[in-house]
Amino acid sequence: MFGYYLDLALHGLKRNRALTALMVLAIALGIGASMTTLTVLHVLAGDPLPGRSGSLYYPQIDPRDSLGYVPGKTEPLDQLSWIDGMNLLQARRADRQALMTGGNVAIQPDHSTLDPFYESARYTTVDFFAMFGVPFKYGHAWGEADDAAHARVAVISSQLNDKLFGGGDSTGKPLRLSGAMFRVVGVIGDWNPNPHFYDLNRKSYNENEGVYLPLSTSQDLGMTHDGGVDCWGNGGGGNTPDHNSPCVWLQFWVQLDSPAKVAAYEAFLVGYSRQQKELGRFGRPPNIKLRDVMQWLDYNQVVPDDVRLQNGLAFGFLLVCLVNTVGLMLAKFLRRSGELGVRRALGASKRSLFAQLLIEAGVVGLVGGIGGLLLALVGLWLVRRQPASYAALAHLDPTMLLATFLLALGASLLAGLLPAWRACQIAPALQLKSN
Amino acid sequence: MQTRPILSTLRHHKLTAGLLMLQVAFTLAIVCNVMHMIVGRIERIGVPTGIAENELATIPSTAIDKAANHRAQLAADLATLRAVPGVRAAAAVSYSLPLNRNEDTQGICPSKEALDRAIQRNSIDGSGCMEPSIYDGTLGLVDTLGLHLVEGRDFQQGDYVADGKPVVAIVTRALAQHLYPGKPALGQSMYDGDRFIRVVGIVDSLLRPELRTPGVDNDSMILPQAPDGASARYVLRSAPQDRQRVLAAATAALWKVNPNRIINPARVQTYSQIRAAYFQRDTTMIGLLIASALGLLFVTALGIAGLANFWVQQRTRSIGIRRAIGATHHDILRYFQDENFLIVTAGVVPGVLLAIGLNLLLMTRYELPRLPLWYLPIGALVLWVLGQLSVLSPALRAAAVPPVVATRSV
Repeated sequence: MFGYYLDLALHGLKRNRALTALMVLAIALGIGASMTTLTVLHVLAGDPLPGRSGSLYYPQIDPRDSLGYVPGKTEPLDQLSWIDGMNLLQARRADRQALMTGGNVAIQPDHSTLDPFYESARYTTVDFFAMFGVPFKYGHAWGEADDAAHARVAVISSQLNDKLFGGGDSTGKPLRLSGAMFRVVGVIGDWNPNPHFYDLNRKSYNENEGVYLPLSTSQDLGMTHDGGVDCWGNGGGGNTPDHNSPCVWLQFWVQLDSPAKVAAYEAFLVGYSRQQKELGRFGRPPNIKLRDVMQWLDYNQVVPDDVRLQNGLAFGFLLVCLVNTVGLMLAKFLRRSGELGVRRALGASKRSLFAQLLIEAGVVGLVGGIGGLLLALVGLWLVRRQPASYAALAHLDPTMLLATFLLALGASLLAGLLPAWRACQIAPALQLKSN
Repeated sequence: MQTRPILSTLRHHKLTAGLLMLQVAFTLAIVCNVMHMIVGRIERIGVPTGIAENELATIPSTAIDKAANHRAQLAADLATLRAVPGVRAAAAVSYSLPLNRNEDTQGICPSKEALDRAIQRNSIDGSGCMEPSIYDGTLGLVDTLGLHLVEGRDFQQGDYVADGKPVVAIVTRALAQHLYPGKPALGQSMYDGDRFIRVVGIVDSLLRPELRTPGVDNDSMILPQAPDGASARYVLRSAPQDRQRVLAAATAALWKVNPNRIINPARVQTYSQIRAAYFQRDTTMIGLLIASALGLLFVTALGIAGLANFWVQQRTRSIGIRRAIGATHHDILRYFQDENFLIVTAGVVPGVLLAIGLNLLLMTRYELPRLPLWYLPIGALVLWVLGQLSVLSPALRAAAVPPVVATRSV
């Protein structure tokens, strides 16, 4: 039966090519626009570390003085001060923990063909690599002993390795960073979490550091800090605060493998805040948050407003295209009242007519979906040519490919419902008589 | 216009006419809001900075050797830059320039009492204190940037203190008025929490490195302070057409003076590039918004034309009969045009309400300003014209139906 209906549908669509083409065009435009923006949104709001992000948490505490504190409303600070960071790190209450911050290092290549240049860097304690599941192309991460010994060791990205060492195994080779000699211990493989969840103070997307150093070493050498600094009270300013000033500038991530551990860690943070208040360091009652990766991204609203606006706009566009298609389809089906009347008179039930018309709508949707897919590919190509930091990420993945066709089919079937129902209400006798 | 026969015909096509109406309403609502957003963005990217934008170019430089004498290096670099042919003026700033996103802000109060008020209220709002962007730079910055000094004087060598913080400042007219409403600001002493800073000059305007809301975007203050660390950003002024050549020559000259530095080639830019980079997202959005508005209008025009075509075919016989009993070409043409006008009008009314509703939604979700009501008649006019244009071809076809059709059986 389906084959016969499909045959009828194709025949029907051929009957009035201009109207069919208009419907396909309307659906293709609507689908193309909404899939382009939806793909961008999907990429930007995606999970940066699938499989791991659920057990990674970002502890926030509030060490400020009591001025301006509204219980239950004031959010704790987004980063940690040096003292609190060190205290939480050394408490070792989580399965894994890493204290880190961003910076810039000057790279002075040995061979004179390359001018010195800046590379963004991450100063971190060693758990960073194991906790975030960083793959290594060559070598490995530094050890805990290196953190403690303030060792001059570095892990570099494969892009930097290509640039400096021609892509070969560079472990053990020397590297001059901001005037100090380091030894390369590892080269990171293909790893580029987006959004750049662990530090949102810099670019949120496509920001992968070239150099990773032990946090302790970076502090010894007074390496440049780059990122947000938030001070309170009589805090100093400047981009690189000293360790005792009331400023937050470090990020701290922990891995907690079970809900019980999460609850225990929250209790620990409350206890720590209370203890610090008794010591007179904190001016507020315990004000803590423990968000996982996705909650943290949501809280920071990393997806740009413009992208959401574009998505809304595209769906408004799709809506108008659909209303348009409903109208055209209605015209098309009603034009065939005579034919439908004959089929009714010959014994076709309303249901089979309805099914036949919906299949016709579905065919329009599929063809429109293919057109929409092509338009979305063009649209994404245009997005990738933008200089925005997230532009390079805009690619259609299999999920979105499937979503395109489901959306197109769903939309056209929805658009076909009303016209098909209306066309089935035709009294067959009347149609037979008038013609 | 003969409305009665049109309305009674439309009564037989309630569903189709209703859909067309709905489409017109949606299109009007979206297009009005899109137009509003386009105008808003265009206003935003046109904001004046107060500096001689098309004559400026910048080169950032960072010394690698942290122990070097940065002050001496700065003086040597500036002397070199001023000697580059085509350079009319040169100065160095720490990092801030209008619209370059490198911002340094500081709370500043018109008096010590105002600061106490701010502390008491636990907030800067309503205390009289402001949060201006702080600019700094070497002597000659005001001239290099091409700032327009309206009151007082430029900085002098004596304003630059070797150690400690400067005690004089040049402020923008906007900041002067916000700090001292209704009073002359020149000569007043501002208080920043631990020192008084005297206003010695007022410039017409100087935009912030990072925009906030239009009311406070010009609240800026310049301190007589040369960059004192390893990095500095050199600002060069030259004839607009010389800028690329000057940048290349100046970079080469800097390398020659001291190669032990980092100059990021991506940041060796003319000011026009800095400005374009700042508003890049807005320019993209404007393009997208225009494209989507045109796309919507196009789809609506196609819909109207498609349905009008269908109606003409469906009514060929009755058109023939009308022609046979005396209606002219013109009458038939008018009939379809009037019908379209009625449908579009019926769509405009709910469309206006939808447009306002959509704007309210956008206002709460994206902090967009209120839609000025005069957009609505313009949007309606656009749709009326669009409707008439898209119905023209089917209507002409209808008018061309010969009366003899009436005598044929199908």
